[in-house]
Order: sequence, then structure tokens, then C-alpha cells
Amino acid sequence: MDIAVCVKTNPDLELVRVKDRVPVLEAVPFKVGDLDKNALEAALQLRDAAGGGRIVAFTAAQGDRKVRETMKEALAIGADEAVIVSDPALDEADQAGAALALARALEKSGPFDVVLFGEGSTDGYSGQVPSRVAELLGLPELGYARALQVAAAGLRAERSMGDQVETLEAPLPVAVTVVSEINEPRIPSLMSIMKAGKKPVAELTLGDLGLDAAALAPLRTVRSNLAEEQARKHVMLPGEPAEQAEALVNALVAEGVLGR
Amino acid sequence: MTAILVYSEQTGTALELLSAAGGLAPQLGLTVSAAALGADAATAASALAAHGAAPVYTCADAALEGLDTVVVAQALAHIVEQAGASVVLLGSTRRGRELAGRLAQRLGAGCVTDAVSLAVEDGALVAGRYNLGGATVQRESITSAVQVVAVMPKVFEAGEPGGAAGEVVAVAPALPAPAVRLVERKPREGESVDLAAAARIVGVGRGLAKRDDVPLGHDLAAALGAELACTKSLADFGWLPDDRIVGLSGAKTAPDVYLAVGISGQVQHTVGVAQARLIVAVNQDKDAPIFALADYGLVGDLYQVVPALVERLKAL
Repeated sequence: MDIAVCVKTNPDLELVRVKDRVPVLEAVPFKVGDLDKNALEAALQLRDAAGGGRIVAFTAAQGDRKVRETMKEALAIGADEAVIVSDPALDEADQAGAALALARALEKSGPFDVVLFGEGSTDGYSGQVPSRVAELLGLPELGYARALQVAAAGLRAERSMGDQVETLEAPLPVAVTVVSEINEPRIPSLMSIMKAGKKPVAELTLGDLGLDAAALAPLRTVRSNLAEEQARKHVMLPGEPAEQAEALVNALVAEGVLGR
Repeated sequence: MTAILVYSEQTGTALELLSAAGGLAPQLGLTVSAAALGADAATAASALAAHGAAPVYTCADAALEGLDTVVVAQALAHIVEQAGASVVLLGSTRRGRELAGRLAQRLGAGCVTDAVSLAVEDGALVAGRYNLGGATVQRESITSAVQVVAVMPKVFEAGEPGGAAGEVVAVAPALPAPAVRLVERKPREGESVDLAAAARIVGVGRGLAKRDDVPLGHDLAAALGAELACTKSLADFGWLPDDRIVGLSGAKTAPDVYLAVGISGQVQHTVGVAQARLIVAVNQDKDAPIFALADYGLVGDLYQVVPALVERLKAL
């Protein structure tokens, strides 16, 4: 079973701070998206279950994010090869542009039986790219998989949709997105990290994929990206616990949240 | 291009979107139509029509049975064209979010998912959504001819039915048989919690010293008539199940009141309660960031404050 895993380089959100409502990203390290690691782990488990195949990690390079280092992390986790689409035009690309670049790279390096994604990236979390890639490649999609199995028909997935649990089956090739519950991604051993440096990494430009900057022109503009100003009351309720409890219950009754 | 088209597989969410569309439509010079798909399309369509959508397009083709994204996107793309829709509002449920990217790609459209605000500025629709794990709100405008926006449930309130009911138009687009087969659909096993729908929530965090103290949270939740939720760390410890997580990696909630107990207020958690009407915080650290987000703050030892609250609430 040949498997592609699309990953994104994300800033480490634990280290993003906000100053005067503006996010500060300078000096914040980059890493493979949290859910992308679940997707890589799912790929390794699927390949084991299927009894072989290759695993290729794909990414579309954005800005000055340290993409080569990120892909080394993906290779250390277990991908056999990495493909990086790298082009200045990707800096301004939106999800449609990133999806187009990834889809063309997948076509060029494929075919693949399964194209895996995390259900959202760590930073933007729009979840658009998997569905867009699936549409571009004409693939069915198993979204939000929390369990995956190789089945006679192709792949079987279980997913939680609100108060219901669905079991789905799709033929190959198929696009799959995973949620964090699906597995515990392995931590690469020192040996895997050393080996990762020797695995093949292909770098493609948009030209290599028959694309140009115009094809990736964004379909949306960002007007602002600021921390929210919340209009909250900031009423502190001092006193002994019993007094605080009394004051809070009275406040909630006055707010109409609690009945008398 | 004369219409806003509203669709969600959840009729309640679709009614919220209708209410949002009703506010935007005059500013954008558009009318408001809706779509209802699948086996229950007729029931949903009459609710949508009664709430002012005109017309409501329905399709109950058997291919829509499992609501496979490919088939739903095909049906909606057909309706978008027939309705002359330039704005498509979807519900950002899991299903709706998966659909949004597929439909947008099919329509050559830009897309915003998980929108938590909608406004019209300089004649353009502006959708706000959380970015960087909730640290910021990114406000985006779509520049393509058709715009697809998936709006978080409970951001808008459904309106009351009224006025003349809109016309219901059955459509019959050619639909593919779904490649994805629904093997089984069953209610979630065991205790099932829908935090996104909860009116009151008590959230507990690392202020709890040990697993044996979790019942304190349960007691308070019971006394308040609330659901119990937690930060990701408590679920990581295995103290509470993952479906109780609120925040970046869990539920995005919009309760009337959120009572945060022993929660410091990291943005990775608070993004899940930003839409709460009231936030109450109990924390022993008066400088905890949660107080900056709180309507009511109680500085104190939760092991004393929570029992006092439980006692007072029981006396109501």
C-alpha cells in the first residue's frame, strides 16, 4: 500500500505570545503539525497491516518556515521519502493555492493508494486543504477518522460525528483525514533521526508541476489578524468563600442565568 | 448572482444561518434562499421556508442517503447555480467543514471555515475566524465570484418563524452513487456529552491537585445543572475523557455561563469559551490570565470556594 502524507510546518503555538493584540512570531520555532504526526503514525500502521509499500511525506513550503528541517522530522518518524514544493509564490498562497500545489505534486510522484492528512493544521486549522486536494484528484474522502483498518473494499474508518459514531468504507485510492484520538504518534529514536538525514528529499518548483504564480493567486484577502478584545465585566467578588459564593449566586440570578 | 444560499445538515444550525443571512442580505443586496438535502429534506424545507428562506431547494435523491461529501457537494453546486448564489453559508460542523473545502474547490471559490463573526465592510463580506490556536482572530474577505463560508454553530441565534412561507422547489440534479459506503451509524456509546450544545459548563484545570478531586467538579456541575468539562492536560492525565476537553483540541462552546475552576487561562483553552455569555473564574492566583477574560472573578482556594458554592447552589 503506497501512502502519501501531507504535512505542514507550523509555528510552535505554545510559544506564540501576543503583544498589543499582535501575535509575535519572531524566534518561535517551527515543527510538524500535531495532527500531521498522527497522520504519519496512521500511515506506518496501515503499511504494516497491508504488508508493505512506500510512505512519502509532502509539503508546500510557506515563507521562511524551516521546511527542510520539518521534513527531516517527518522522515525520522518514518516516512521513506519527502517531497517539498518550494516556490516564492507559495508565500502568499491561500488554502486553494496550497491544495493545487500539493495535488500536482501528488500526481507527479504517485500514484498513491491513500493520501493522509491531519484534519486541520495547527496554526490555521481551516481543514480546507484535504477536501480541496481530494476534489482536485477526484478522490473520495474519509474525514475525521479515529480508527482505520485495511478492508477488502479498501479502507474502513470509524469517526465520531456529534452524538453519532459512523463506520465507513471506501475503495482505494482515497483521501483520509485523522483526528488526534486515532493513535499516539511514535517518538523517533536516535537511530531513526540519524537515518532520516540520508533519506531522499525531492524539491519541486511550481514550474516543475506545470504551475505558475497566477494559478496560485489567493481567493481571499486577510484584513487583520489580531487578538480579540473581549468585553467582559471583570467584577471581582472578594471575601470568605461563603461570601464569595453568596455574591456569585446573586450575580448569576441577576444576570438571568440562574433561577431563584 | 443575486442570492445567499444557506445549507446545513443540522436544521437547527441552518436556521441560525438563515438568521445571519437575513442580517447580511440587505447590506449585500442579495436575497436569502436555502437548501435541504437527503431523506429528511421535506421536513427541513418547511422549517426553512417558514423562517423566511425563499425559495428553498430540496433534493431527496437516494444517493444523498449517507450524506457523502462528494454527493452533497455535487447537489449543492447544482443548486448554487440554479439559485444564482454568490454567498454560500454552511454550518461548520464536522460534516459542514469537510463539505466546505470540497464545494469551494468545485466552484473555484475562496472559503472560510469555522467563522465566528460575519460583517459587511465596504460592501464586502468579512468573516472572522480564530487563528494561531485561538490567540488571534483573522478577518478575511473572499475575492472569488462565489464565496463559501462555514459558520460555527451557535454564533447566531435562530429567528422566529414569520411572514409568508417561501416557495419550496424540488431539484433533480444528476448525482453520482457515493463511493464511500456507510456501514453503520449508531449513537455514541457510553456517556455522551455535547459540550457545544450545553447551556452551562463547569470547567476544571490543573488547579485540581489529584484525580480523586475530580468529583469536586462533578458536584459543582450537578449543583449548577451544568456539564463538566476540562482542559486538555486533565484529559491527557486520563482524569476525564477526551470528549470533555474544551479548547483548541476539544469543543468550542457557547454556554450562558462558563465557570472555570483552577484554570489558568491559556489561550489554547480559552478559545473554546470565547463565545460564552458569562465567564466566571475561580483561581487562587489573582494574576492568572483567566481573570482578564472573566465577568466574575473569585480569588481563592478552590478546595474551599467550590464546596461553599455547592452548598449555596443547593439552597436555591
